[in-house]
Amino acid sequence: MPQIFGPAVNTIATVSLFAGAVVPFALLLTGSALTSSPYNTKVTVPLDQPAPFSHRHHAVELGIDCRFCHVSVEESAQAGVPSTDVCMTCHSQIWTNSPNLEAVRKSLETATPIEWNKVNAVPDFVYFNHSIHVARGISCNNCHGAVNDMHITWKGNAFRMAWCLTCHENPQNYMYADPGSNLSPREQVFALYKKLAAGDKLTQVERQLADGLEQVMPADKVHEGYKLMNERGVNVSQLKDCYVCHH
Amino acid sequence: MAAEDTRLKDLLPGEWTNAKIDDELVEIVLDQRRHEEAKVKLPGPLAKLVPAQFQSPWYIMLGIGFVFTNVLLLCITILVLTGIGVWGNNQPVGWGLDIVNFVWWIGIGHAGTLISAVLLLLRQQWRNSINRFAEAMTIFAVMCAGMYPLLHTGRPWVAYWLLPYPNVLAMWPQFRSPLVWDVFAVTTYMTVSILFWFVGLIPDFATLRDRAKGRFAQVAYGALSMGWSGSAKGWHRYQHASIILAGLSTPLVLSVHTIVSYDFAMSIVPGWNVTIFPPYFVAGAVFAGFAMVITLAIPLRKWYRLENFITMKHFDWMAKVMLATGLIVGYGYAMEIFYAWYSQEPAETALLHNRVALADAPYSWSFWALILFNVAIPLFLWSPKVRKNLTALFWISMSISIGMWFERYVIIPISLTRDYLPSSYGYYTPTIVDWGMFAGTIGFFLFLMFLFVRFLPMINIFEMKELLHHKEHEEHHNGHANGKAHAHVNGQAGKEEAH
Repeated sequence: MPQIFGPAVNTIATVSLFAGAVVPFALLLTGSALTSSPYNTKVTVPLDQPAPFSHRHHAVELGIDCRFCHVSVEESAQAGVPSTDVCMTCHSQIWTNSPNLEAVRKSLETATPIEWNKVNAVPDFVYFNHSIHVARGISCNNCHGAVNDMHITWKGNAFRMAWCLTCHENPQNYMYADPGSNLSPREQVFALYKKLAAGDKLTQVERQLADGLEQVMPADKVHEGYKLMNERGVNVSQLKDCYVCHH
Repeated sequence: MAAEDTRLKDLLPGEWTNAKIDDELVEIVLDQRRHEEAKVKLPGPLAKLVPAQFQSPWYIMLGIGFVFTNVLLLCITILVLTGIGVWGNNQPVGWGLDIVNFVWWIGIGHAGTLISAVLLLLRQQWRNSINRFAEAMTIFAVMCAGMYPLLHTGRPWVAYWLLPYPNVLAMWPQFRSPLVWDVFAVTTYMTVSILFWFVGLIPDFATLRDRAKGRFAQVAYGALSMGWSGSAKGWHRYQHASIILAGLSTPLVLSVHTIVSYDFAMSIVPGWNVTIFPPYFVAGAVFAGFAMVITLAIPLRKWYRLENFITMKHFDWMAKVMLATGLIVGYGYAMEIFYAWYSQEPAETALLHNRVALADAPYSWSFWALILFNVAIPLFLWSPKVRKNLTALFWISMSISIGMWFERYVIIPISLTRDYLPSSYGYYTPTIVDWGMFAGTIGFFLFLMFLFVRFLPMINIFEMKELLHHKEHEEHHNGHANGKAHAHVNGQAGKEEAH
């Protein structure tokens, strides 16, 4: 009886044993690396906008308060995207002929809102509330990255549930009060940008935030974090309950 | 000489040689005409409709299987597009026919492991001719079973969430829930069953490879046989692998249905929270599994003329296993009634009423159907005459399959429609999609089963040759006892003579 398979099949059989064990894992790891990369999450990738608005220029170089445009951030779930009229508070007087502002002028003329491209989004089944985070002194940069450095806005974090839970499990690491001032947690949030605008010296934690790094409480200061957590009424025992974010 | 060996001639009657066994069993797979030989008489109008060459049992059964597989696909499509509201499940009955059918199929899947693993470890030689298709049946039944919980999640495309793996949600399955234990139990069972089945097939794939005429069959069976050459080293490793796999599967026979019973027993629903559930579920699973083996073996044996391989002795022993496990199951039902009475717990006594009462108990008919099909009818198996009558055996096995389905139906809707709160009492009515899926899984099972019969050897070829060897050995010794000279045809048997 002639041989059914040639000698090459010996090699194929050995390789297929090896590949059967390795390839599925390699595919899984590649898939998970790709889905976590900026290619998929768009973290740090600046997004094209109708008008090239610069957070760095307005918030730091000019020192305009975040709340001037994001009016509802302290009271509402949404921070709020400013209407064209808010832009025109200044731009009806300055840079009135700038080609960068063409979209804004057109919006005012035609009374149609500017269609900004959405940078940050959470799925519809997640109810994120800006006001409670600001009221407990969580800096904008904690989630949005180094907004003070962004000429064109990009996404600071991928907003995945595991990431949300790093803080909801250990909020003491994210509680911060500037020892040199006596501000309320809410004012503390916006004081960072005022300091940056004025060129004041930053504390270590503020420096981390301004650089877009994760705010990690130094190990010897964690007890302060617990103290602040209690003062600010952060109830850690319920922060991880499903209904807190999924109503 | 052990007493059991004297029975070997009953297990393999007739004159056989290794080559004749090969011819007989390989031919079923390689000679496609075998599937058109046996003819069935179709009723008048159908006989005109179906072309003559397709009027064989294989085509008819595969055709039925194919039609109902499409019904299953249709039902799944409707379900996935619409949501599980197309089933009859609703408050207060969150578990309906889907879970009834899941448990039913998993139970049927039990005979395979019992026959292949437990009977192998116990050195029961009568398992040899039925183990292969019992194992295939197990795998197909578990496939049908596995479908239900996945579809019951409502979003089968995220069913991998049931597994613990590092993920961006930072979520783990709820390890305190028996439903998660179920995931592990069933996937382990499926994996080990497939491995066991495949490892057992390797020497037979080699036989098929060596006898195949066509290039395609040679390559296909050759690849599947993984280079099997029949060397002593190969057989040595094969023996080790199959004993290890048998050792792994044996606890699974007990664990899978124990854990399936925990789905109920770990809850606080009256009628579910019963400590006898694990043992009586396992017994019920073996009961149902053997019933399905007999239901399939009787027609296959007839259509493929396997009377010399699957003998009346096999049916007799399978029927005895069914009788024994059936009595355990009957004891389980009696104990449930006893518990309800003995505890005098209001919810339990109310449940007892809902099960047995003839008035004001909308589902008590299903309990009495259960007693009829699962306890009363199988009692006929006490009679040796019934155990030797294949028609009776076929219908008793059918009755057991129906009875085991009613067992799960009794457990699920009766308990859920009336639990603790009278204000939330309700009714459960399965919808057409429920029934369509049930019929569909049966069709899918038949479809796979008959593809298996056509393309894989349904009887373990090399184990039959091993049996023949033992049989010749036995005859040889008997020959000596009778003072006759005995000539050996077989070289191996000659070696036996030396010791």
